[in-house]
Amino acid sequence: MKSWDAIVVGAGHNGLVNACYLQRAGLDVLVVEKNEWVGGAAVSRSLTPGFLYSNCSYVCSLFRPEIMRDLELPKFGLQVISYEGGAVFTRDGDYLANYRDHHAHRREFARFSRKDAEAYDRYARDVTRQCRFIQPLLMRTAPDPTSLKPRDIGELLYLGRKFAGLGAREMADTLRFWTMSISDFLDEYFETDVIKANFALSGIIGTALGPMSPGTAYVLLHHYMGEVDGSVGAWGYARGGMGAITKALADSFRASGGTIRTEAEVERILVGNGRAGGVVLAGGEEVRAKLVVSNADVKRTFLKFVEEKELPDIFLRRVKNFRMRGSSGKVNIALDSMPEFPALPPDSPCLRADMHFTDSVERMERAYDDWKAGRWSADPFLDMVIPTTLDPTMAPPGKHFMSCFVQYCPPKVEGRDWTDADRDAFGETVISQIADYSPGFRDRIVHMEIRTPRELEAEVGLTEGNIFQGELTFDQLLFNRPVPGYAQYRSPIGGLYICGSSTHPGGGVMGAPGRNAATEILRDLKRGVKHMSPAHDVI
Amino acid sequence: MRHFDGKCLSTRRALQPHFRKLKLDSPFQPRLDALNLQQAWYDWAGYKAPSALWDEELEYFAIRSQAAVFDISPMVKYRIEGEDAEAFLDRLTLRDVTKLKPGRVHYTAWCDDDGFVLDDGTLFRLSPTRFRLCCQERHLPWLLDSAPGFEVEIEEETETVAGLALQGPTSWSVLNAAGFAGSEKLKPFDIASFPHADGEVTISRTGFTGDLGYELFVDAKNALPLWDRLFEAGKLFGVRAIGYHALNTARIEAGLIVANADFVTAEHAIRQDRVRMPDEIGLGFMVDLKKPGYFNGRHAIENARKKGGPAHVLVGLEIEGNVPAEHAIVYHRKTREVGLVSAAIWSPLAKRNIAIVSLQRDYGKDGTADLWVEIYAMRELQYVRLMKRAKVVPRPFVKLDRRAATPPGAF
Repeated sequence: MKSWDAIVVGAGHNGLVNACYLQRAGLDVLVVEKNEWVGGAAVSRSLTPGFLYSNCSYVCSLFRPEIMRDLELPKFGLQVISYEGGAVFTRDGDYLANYRDHHAHRREFARFSRKDAEAYDRYARDVTRQCRFIQPLLMRTAPDPTSLKPRDIGELLYLGRKFAGLGAREMADTLRFWTMSISDFLDEYFETDVIKANFALSGIIGTALGPMSPGTAYVLLHHYMGEVDGSVGAWGYARGGMGAITKALADSFRASGGTIRTEAEVERILVGNGRAGGVVLAGGEEVRAKLVVSNADVKRTFLKFVEEKELPDIFLRRVKNFRMRGSSGKVNIALDSMPEFPALPPDSPCLRADMHFTDSVERMERAYDDWKAGRWSADPFLDMVIPTTLDPTMAPPGKHFMSCFVQYCPPKVEGRDWTDADRDAFGETVISQIADYSPGFRDRIVHMEIRTPRELEAEVGLTEGNIFQGELTFDQLLFNRPVPGYAQYRSPIGGLYICGSSTHPGGGVMGAPGRNAATEILRDLKRGVKHMSPAHDVI
Repeated sequence: MRHFDGKCLSTRRALQPHFRKLKLDSPFQPRLDALNLQQAWYDWAGYKAPSALWDEELEYFAIRSQAAVFDISPMVKYRIEGEDAEAFLDRLTLRDVTKLKPGRVHYTAWCDDDGFVLDDGTLFRLSPTRFRLCCQERHLPWLLDSAPGFEVEIEEETETVAGLALQGPTSWSVLNAAGFAGSEKLKPFDIASFPHADGEVTISRTGFTGDLGYELFVDAKNALPLWDRLFEAGKLFGVRAIGYHALNTARIEAGLIVANADFVTAEHAIRQDRVRMPDEIGLGFMVDLKKPGYFNGRHAIENARKKGGPAHVLVGLEIEGNVPAEHAIVYHRKTREVGLVSAAIWSPLAKRNIAIVSLQRDYGKDGTADLWVEIYAMRELQYVRLMKRAKVVPRPFVKLDRRAATPPGAF
C-alpha cells in the first residue's frame, strides 16, 4: 500500500497553502477533502444557472502577497481587485461614505462633524502604528516563552525588541489595543454615532463579542493589517469570487505534482505509539502517510479525528475550552437587476463597495444582546457587497451577485438545533432589513442561499460555524493560539500538525498559518525552505 | 468653549455630492483657470492649486523683480475668538501671546505633551479678543480638546476666508495704485484693514519669500473683485500670478521651512522616531520659558534641554557645485551618515547651491568641517554620483533690505 509523505486534511486555503509548500519542498503530498469541491470557506459555487457565489468568505485583503508570489498564483488565474471604501446608511435617510481620496474622506466625515473629520488622521496614525507592530509577526512562528531553545529565545527577544522599540506611549497603546473594547477605543477619537459605527464593525466581524466587549479593539486591527498590492488596509474582490484563490492554489499544487482527493471525508486520524500514521476515510479506507497535517479547526482535529485517550489531559481540557463560538451567518443572493438605494446618489462609488445598515454602536450591541439570549439578531449587522459591480465573471451582464455577511447568528436557537424554518426566518430578517433601504428589492431576487452556523459547520466543517476557527481575543493569540505550549503547529501526537486558522496568526483568508506550519514541518524533516520567499519588510 | 458644526439632515444632504469633485476650487479659481497655460495643478489640502502657470523659472523672477500673486486660500485657517482667546493661545503655543499686540502677527508653533511639534504657523491678532491661526495641517480636535476652561470660540474658516500673497519689490506699489491708502505705514508683521467692495480686506506685511510682500485676506465672496483690483492696479508694476514651484524656490532662499516637507508633524508621524521638538527644526527661538505658567510641551522641552538638547538640528547648508541635492544623504568625512537634505535648490539670487538639512546635533554647528553630500543626479537614464563638500551656513541664505524697509520702496 502506498504511503504518502504527508496527508493534508481539508482543502481550505490554509490546507492548500501548506500542501503547496510541502510538495514544492519535494514531499509527495495528498490532500483529502470531504466535499466534491475544494476551497473550504474560500469557495465560489454556482447554485443557480449563470451566477457564481462567494459562498462563505467574500472579500480579500489579508492573503499574504509572499504566498501569491511563491506559489505562482497569478499564473493560475488569481487576480484581486481593490474597491472603493463603503457606506453606512443612517436611519434618517442619509449615509456616511468612506472614500479612498483623503480629502473626500475628510469632507464626508465633516458632513457629520468637522472635529471627527480631522480626528481621523490621529486615529489612522495610531491604528497604523499598531498594525506595523503586528504585521511582521504574521509570518513568524510564535515563540514558546517557556522554551529554552535558542530559536524560541531568539524569537522572544525579537518580539521584546519590537515592543521596546515602540516607545512608552505606543507600548501603552499596544496593551490597550489588545485588551480594550472597540467602543471605548473609538470614544477616545470620535463623537458621532455613525462614524463610530463605521469603524466598530471591523471590531466585531466574525467574533462572538459585542462592540462593548473588551478585546474587540484587536479584532479591528486584524482586519486592518492586510493589503492589496502594497496599499495597506485596502480590501478587494478576488476576480471570480473567493474560490479563485483556492482554485489557483489547487492548480498550483497539482502542477507541482500534488494529489487532491475530493469526496474523501476523514473519519479519524490513525495514531499508533503516539504517532500519526495516516487517516481513515468514511467508508473505512485507510490511507497511510509519514505525517498528517490538519486544516480542520483545533476542536474538530483533536476532539473528533483523534481519540481522547491519545491526548494529555491538560491539553485536552484546553482544546475543549478554546473559544470558538458561532456568531455569524451568510445570505447569498442572485439578483436580476442592480438594486436601488434611494439614500445613495446613483453614481456613488459606495455601490461597488461594502454597505451597512447599522448606524450606531448601541444598535450593534443590541444585536449582540439577542445572540446572548440564543436568538439571531432581530436588527442584525450586515456587511453587504455586490462584487459583480466590479467583477463581470460572476453574473450575466446587468445581473448581480450580492453577498451579505450577517451578525449575530447563534450556533443553536435558544438551546435547540436550527430547523429549516428557523433558517428561512433568519433569511427573512436579512431581506427585510435590506428592503427597508432598497424599495423593490424582493422583486429582484432570483435565488438565495441562506447559511446559518448549522450549514457552515455541516458543509465547511467549521465548529459552530466560527469563521476564524477560534475567536481572536488576546487570550487566544500568539503563543496561546490555540493552546499554550502547542502554538508552533505541532501537537502532542508525533507527526500530527495543525495548519488552520485556529493557529497563529489566526483567521481570515490569509494563508499565513498554512505557510508557517509548512516551515515548522520542513524544519522537523530537516528540509530546506529556499522555496519560501522571506516575509515582506515593514519599513 | 464653543465650536460650530452644521449637523442637521438638510445641511448634510446638501453636502453629499462633494464626492464628484475631489479637488475643491479656490475662490479665485476662474482667474487661475484662465491664467494656467500649463494646466499644472497639485493638491494643496484638498484644493486644486497651481504648481506652475506659465513658466516656473520666470514666475520666480516675478517674485524677485516685480510683484507676484500666489493664492493662499487653501491654507488652513481658524478663527479663535473670545474673552480668553489670548490666554488659550498662550497655553497652546510656544511664544508669549500676551506680547502680541492687536494689529500684529507672529510666527509660532505648538507642541504635543511630549514637546513634539504639531505644526508651525502664523498667528494674527485681529483685535484684543480675535485671532486667526494659519497653518499647514488641520488641528480642530487638538484646538477643541485644549479649550475646556477657556471662554473661547473656535471655528475653521478655511473655506470662507480667501487669501492672496502679494510678494516682490513692487508689491507695495501695486497696493498703493489699488488705492489702499495708508498701507505704506505697515511695518513687517503689522496688520491693517481697508475697505473693499461691500466689506473689507485685511492686509498684513507678511509672506513666505523673504522679500517685500503682503498677505491679503478677504471674505470669499469678495475674492474675485480683490484679484481684479490688484491686477488692474498692477499692470504698470509687472504683477503676475505664480504657482508653487516658484514660491518654493523663494522660500528656500529665505530659509523658511514647510511642515511635512522639512519635518514630520507629530500627529502624522507613523514612525515614532520621526517626530521633532522645536529645537530640532530651528524653532527653538520661539520657546518662551519666561512666560509664566504652563504651555503645552513645556516640561518635555525643558527636560530635553537639561539633558543637552534633543538629537537633531535643522540648518542651512551650502554645497559645492550647482547640482541641487534634494533628499541627498549628508556624510561626515564621506563615511558616517549624519543627516538628510529636505529641500535644495540652486539659488538664482545668491548664486549658490543651497539646502535645508536635518543633521545629528553634533554635526550641525556652524563651521563643522568635513561634511559631504552625496548627490545622485539622473542624467539620460544614468545616475551621476557626486560627492560634494558642504558647510553649515546661517539662514536666511538671502537677506534683502527691501523686505523690512518702512516705508517700503517704490521700485
